[in-house]
Amino acid sequence: MTYTQLAVSAVLIVVSIDLFVLKTQLLKRKLFWTSYAIIIGFQLLTNWWLTSRNIVMYDPNTIIGIRIASAPVEDLLFGFALVLGVMLNWIRLDASHKPR
Amino acid sequence: MILFTVVGSFWLEVALKVKVLKRYKQAFTAILPVSLIFIAWDAYAIHSGHWRFDREQVLGIFGPFGIPLEEYLFFIVVPFAALMTIEAVRAVKKNWKVYP
Repeated sequence: MTYTQLAVSAVLIVVSIDLFVLKTQLLKRKLFWTSYAIIIGFQLLTNWWLTSRNIVMYDPNTIIGIRIASAPVEDLLFGFALVLGVMLNWIRLDASHKPR
Repeated sequence: MILFTVVGSFWLEVALKVKVLKRYKQAFTAILPVSLIFIAWDAYAIHSGHWRFDREQVLGIFGPFGIPLEEYLFFIVVPFAALMTIEAVRAVKKNWKVYP
């Protein structure tokens, strides 16, 4: 599979887990989107650093070729899936810790 | 870049008392299953040549699957930063809905 296919799959899987499997529903919360807005700013900055200096290099055949702040757009999907995955797991554990 | 992420987010532990480090067991329980999947993805991507790292610009210490040490640290530090971010937003916006 290409990086593009893997990145899109990862987002779809994590989104389904949030909405349908664990039903944490973070995607429906201002809390998540505000946090993500902060994170994506820093992600673009670090992505730019790591890719513009060629610390990380990508095979052009596995990416679609759209670059944002010098990094492949797939990196944003990768980051989104990672961040949402960790957050929903955290919130799920949090909810199980304190009875409401 | 990893240090930048640590400096950029870990101050929230003190300033906003997000208590993510304090709840390190819950944090690791939330992070590990997600990170392991992403490390597997990383291993596959490196193996398939989706991305590679400039040997001159990494520490040169490689863990299992030829993954640089920095990359392993990434999968611990970035999730911690994400959890501190969402907890910081939560601390500031106390009336925002968290749970489904």
